[in-house]
Amino acid sequence: MSTEETTRTTDEGTEPIYAPIVDTPGNYLREGPEDHPPLNFPPYKSTALRHPKQALVYLPQTITEITGPALGDARVITPGDTDLTRQHEGEPIGERITVSGRVFDTEGKPLRNTLVEVWQANACGRYRHRWDNWPAPLDPNFSGAGRCLTDDEGRYHFTTIKPGPYPWGNHYNAWRPAHIHFSLMGRAFTQRLVTQMYFPGDPFFPYDPIFNSVRDEAARERMISRFSIHGTQPDWAAAYEFDIYLRGPASTPFEEAF
Amino acid sequence: MIFKTTPSQTVGPYFAIGLPWPEGPHAVDPATPGAFTITGTIYDGAGVPIPDHLLETWQADPEGRFADMHGHGGASQMEGFRGFARYGVEVGDGEYQIVTVKPGRVKEPGGRLQAPHIAVTLMARGMLNRVVTRIYFGDEEEANASDPVLSLVPADRRQTLIATPEDGGYRFDIHVQGPGETVFFDV
Repeated sequence: MSTEETTRTTDEGTEPIYAPIVDTPGNYLREGPEDHPPLNFPPYKSTALRHPKQALVYLPQTITEITGPALGDARVITPGDTDLTRQHEGEPIGERITVSGRVFDTEGKPLRNTLVEVWQANACGRYRHRWDNWPAPLDPNFSGAGRCLTDDEGRYHFTTIKPGPYPWGNHYNAWRPAHIHFSLMGRAFTQRLVTQMYFPGDPFFPYDPIFNSVRDEAARERMISRFSIHGTQPDWAAAYEFDIYLRGPASTPFEEAF
Repeated sequence: MIFKTTPSQTVGPYFAIGLPWPEGPHAVDPATPGAFTITGTIYDGAGVPIPDHLLETWQADPEGRFADMHGHGGASQMEGFRGFARYGVEVGDGEYQIVTVKPGRVKEPGGRLQAPHIAVTLMARGMLNRVVTRIYFGDEEEANASDPVLSLVPADRRQTLIATPEDGGYRFDIHVQGPGETVFFDV
């Protein structure tokens, strides 16, 4: 595996370039309880009947777990898939934004050619879904779903509108902070991740049990995008950047497994 | 490790606007000789079907090769084989169906052969992270008896990982919690 590293200079300064992964790791890093939310989290009421009570069984990673599909052909990527403001005849109402970033593993290696899927509410916080019936208008020009494959440097890029916050029934006066759902396939079954990207400074953060189900403050910060004045396109769209880190190779080549 | 992973969040109730696609539940072309359906219902801890679940599967082809994006382990040569299926619907009733073929036997790192199996990711509203399980096949008793992963599972819970043959394929129900709780793995 190449560990060659160079740097690149942009108008934001100098940043390192890491070589993409070319080898398949023999096994992937195992994560600790502070890295992800617990499956049982009483403040989020729907977890009560939807978490296993028995202990998870340790599964040594086999080739089944260290491989993964290429879904580029199955999920045909058209220009409209990356620009959620161009999927209908008219433009959606709302604050036009770009959301971009890179997908890395925890070694900092970019994951190329991996599927990134997003879905979100419209500017009023309403999803185009049969079960979402809170009294905010649907936007005929906004479906709220997109997808793309990362490029050779692990980059993805979407144009969309900023989703609104919305109320939900978890507790009295419960509101979800504005967020965009992200689905990452990575390159292996072990790397599969679904998460939510939040916006900086959201006033609903302290009251949201889903955001706060991640108990470690630094880990919560990793779900918050950053505003970029450098990426913002004059007279067009505000830029938010969100890098995503998936599990990388374990430091020991083989698990003492079976 | 230089960086920490991005934390998981729930897939929520509205994933169906973005994640499913018409051929998603087909790990193989349904016209493939030998293709069958695996059907099941996902139950919560009260025994109530979970209508808003997202289920994904990943498996080898009958030769034991994966349609891995990097060809790891020798790429599958099977026509129309994706090996990955995704089932999720806007208005569900707790059931899922995927179309596939029976995987071949693949090795574990120590070199022993595993019984035919399918890796499963399950997500839903109310689940802050995915859960992972495996589907084994009820008509593979001999292979199952020596499977290195099944042998790590307490004997009285192994049955929760075994799909039952039925007309047109197999049935594999998942109990997220409660009596007969399915075995979930830490991967």
